[in-house]
Amino acid sequence: MAEIIEKLQNAFSFSFVWYALIVGLLIALCSSLLGVTLVLKRFSFIGDGLSHVAFGAMAVAAVVGLTNNMLIVLPVTVLAAVLLLRTGQNTKIKGDAAIAMISVGTLAVGYMLMNLFPSSSNISADVCGTLFGSTLILTLTPFDVWLSIGMSAIVLTMFVLFYNKIFSVTFDETFSKATGINSDGYNLLIAVITAFIIVLAMNLVGSLLISALIIFPALSAMRLFRSFRGVIICSAVISVICAGSGMIISIVASTPVGATIVCADIAVFLAFWIISAFTGRSKA
Amino acid sequence: MEQIICKDAALGYEDGIVTEELNFTVSSGDYLCILGENGSGKSTLIKALLGLKPQVRGEITWANGFTAKEIGYLPQQTPVQKDFPASVREIVQSGCLSKTGFRPFYNAKEKALAHKNMHRLGICELEKRCYRDLSGGQQQRVLLARALCATEKMLLLDEPVTGLDPHAQNDLYELIASLNKSGITIIMVSHDISSALKYASHILHIGKKQLFFGKKEDYIKSRIGRSFIETEAQTNG
Repeated sequence: MAEIIEKLQNAFSFSFVWYALIVGLLIALCSSLLGVTLVLKRFSFIGDGLSHVAFGAMAVAAVVGLTNNMLIVLPVTVLAAVLLLRTGQNTKIKGDAAIAMISVGTLAVGYMLMNLFPSSSNISADVCGTLFGSTLILTLTPFDVWLSIGMSAIVLTMFVLFYNKIFSVTFDETFSKATGINSDGYNLLIAVITAFIIVLAMNLVGSLLISALIIFPALSAMRLFRSFRGVIICSAVISVICAGSGMIISIVASTPVGATIVCADIAVFLAFWIISAFTGRSKA
Repeated sequence: MEQIICKDAALGYEDGIVTEELNFTVSSGDYLCILGENGSGKSTLIKALLGLKPQVRGEITWANGFTAKEIGYLPQQTPVQKDFPASVREIVQSGCLSKTGFRPFYNAKEKALAHKNMHRLGICELEKRCYRDLSGGQQQRVLLARALCATEKMLLLDEPVTGLDPHAQNDLYELIASLNKSGITIIMVSHDISSALKYASHILHIGKKQLFFGKKEDYIKSRIGRSFIETEAQTNG
């Protein structure tokens, strides 16, 4: 026990560990809030698709040699999010196929570019870092931290201000439209916020694991809670606790950060699932 | 007092007209039932009446200060809604949303309105229950209460009794009839001809074009009405 405490004390004497913790908790909070809407709108997979787009964009940024790759990654991801949510309505390629197509397409192109124009000698470590986020979180600069705090603040404010509208658009788009709510506008807002969160979350868990951060807390909360507000709050709490404990465990046990957080999320999901099965509080 | 006037309207998509020659009026206090085969453009007509899809030709007017936004709409249920984690109160309140404008939260007046409508439809004791745990009939009452929060003037119901057991169907029809008696205009899309004839005051029967519009009594006497009633009686009986 003393050994563990010493290890933690040691780790937290470095400012970059604090940065990682702050950014990680904020990302977990934002992604879980939006996750509820995405899961209910049957858009769970969009996180996956967008994160691969972000991966591709990151590769392009590395090739071009930009020091701050956010300049490319963010606009590209936002654009992809808008396009993907648009396809929900009436296009020739259906929503899920479009997501799958963009998802694997950008992943392949990104990996290809990274190999053709290597920015460092160790490509597989680069790729692994971007996909699973193992090292990126510990290389955050104060600028990155402020950027994350700023973006999280925007996301949270948007969410609180438009909470009732987001609920209505999620529950029944046609009705909202009929009463004069600008559902298309709110869908766009949801898409843009999703893209923001994905880009932020890439630092924490890497692009392959972002979906887990978005959907697991929401799914766990839905096992037990039966009001929209209850689900949202529970989902946020679960996500923050899992991210926090995941990061601490990863320091103590020297496990990869992203994977540890996702494992914590899975554990909570299983626990909630078992509780709901025993108490019969939720129908599957 | 007319609320909706439809003149020579043709509805459809860019690549084809679904239904045309629509001429009818809806006046306040009417109970209009829209009948038609599948694919006859009933859902397109709903969108046009709600002002979500402009007509290809002709005119649809919302008259005497009545606007499309004041129609309380009861859509058909989507799969998303069937297992949606939301309390009854949250859903009913969301009917007030168009009144909030840029204000992010509901005020006391809107909460009171939601409560009044839950009371009106007898779902007060369900207020904190989860929507997905309710029976089909209860779910429809919740959506009706939400629609009433959005309007006091007109309800537009899209096949409201689909999937309900006969007892619940009957309850819902009676409830809608009582709302109509309290002065709310009802437009109902249905393929349940016998209840349409029992409750409606007017019938609009559409196909590739308008086949009939008028009072229920005239519809029963008309040729199209007689033949439709007969075929429906055979298929159901």
